[in-house]
Amino acid sequence: MPLLLLNIAFAAVFTLLLGSGSIGVFLSGFALGYVVLWVSGPLYPETGYFKKLPKTLNLAAYFFMELVISSLQVAWDVITPKHINRPGIIGVPLTARTDLEIFLVANLLSLTPGTLSVDLSEDKKTLYVHVMFLEDIDTTRKEIKNGLERRILEVMRS
Amino acid sequence: MIEYLTGILMVLGSLFCLVAALGVIRLPDTLTRMHAVTKAGTLGAGLVVLAHAFFYQQTGISLRAGFIIALLLFTAPVAAHLIARASYRSGVPLSGRTRVDELNKK
Repeated sequence: MPLLLLNIAFAAVFTLLLGSGSIGVFLSGFALGYVVLWVSGPLYPETGYFKKLPKTLNLAAYFFMELVISSLQVAWDVITPKHINRPGIIGVPLTARTDLEIFLVANLLSLTPGTLSVDLSEDKKTLYVHVMFLEDIDTTRKEIKNGLERRILEVMRS
Repeated sequence: MIEYLTGILMVLGSLFCLVAALGVIRLPDTLTRMHAVTKAGTLGAGLVVLAHAFFYQQTGISLRAGFIIALLLFTAPVAAHLIARASYRSGVPLSGRTRVDELNKK
């Protein structure tokens, strides 16, 4: 993705010119470079960069929100005397095909609400997920597919 | 102001680490314990590191903090996945509260 490299180069030049070199300066340089690239967008007709970056940010925001929610949920089960967990292992059919996509889905899933990827089937089509608070199997399966997997695939395939 | 923020982050992070440690003792089986360790642990350690970055506000320290958090996020799920898989395959019994096991039916 050369546009990303170009954008990082812009940010680096911006930081060097200002000579202060803090993270904030680098990030504002990156944002400025992004706007400049976006304005000159018609020069790069076949790039998916302008769709990819907002979707990546969207995925990151979703992921951190889920990380906090899941941690609170698990924490609640640990510190209250009565257990509320209803664990179960369910198979989730994967839309992700390449190894990188499956890697991302499995790993980010391990970090989101009460889910932990346990195993992948031999044909790489089903991911077996351990769910800690399993209310309804089909709803949970849909949540995983529409929540995390869809967002990851949007980033990878745009 | 920054002291308050640092303090809050530190206390929250330590609490999550404590919960992760308690979880290893209190939860019923290996797989549920892995939930406590990966989630509460990552968030706890991440918050403590973030508190350092906010407190010192120096590029070197912020960069290092960012890398530590990235490494935590990369390594924790891989380790958890491998431990879970190894324990499942070697036949460690699941908790009695487990509702379904679709991996078994395969």
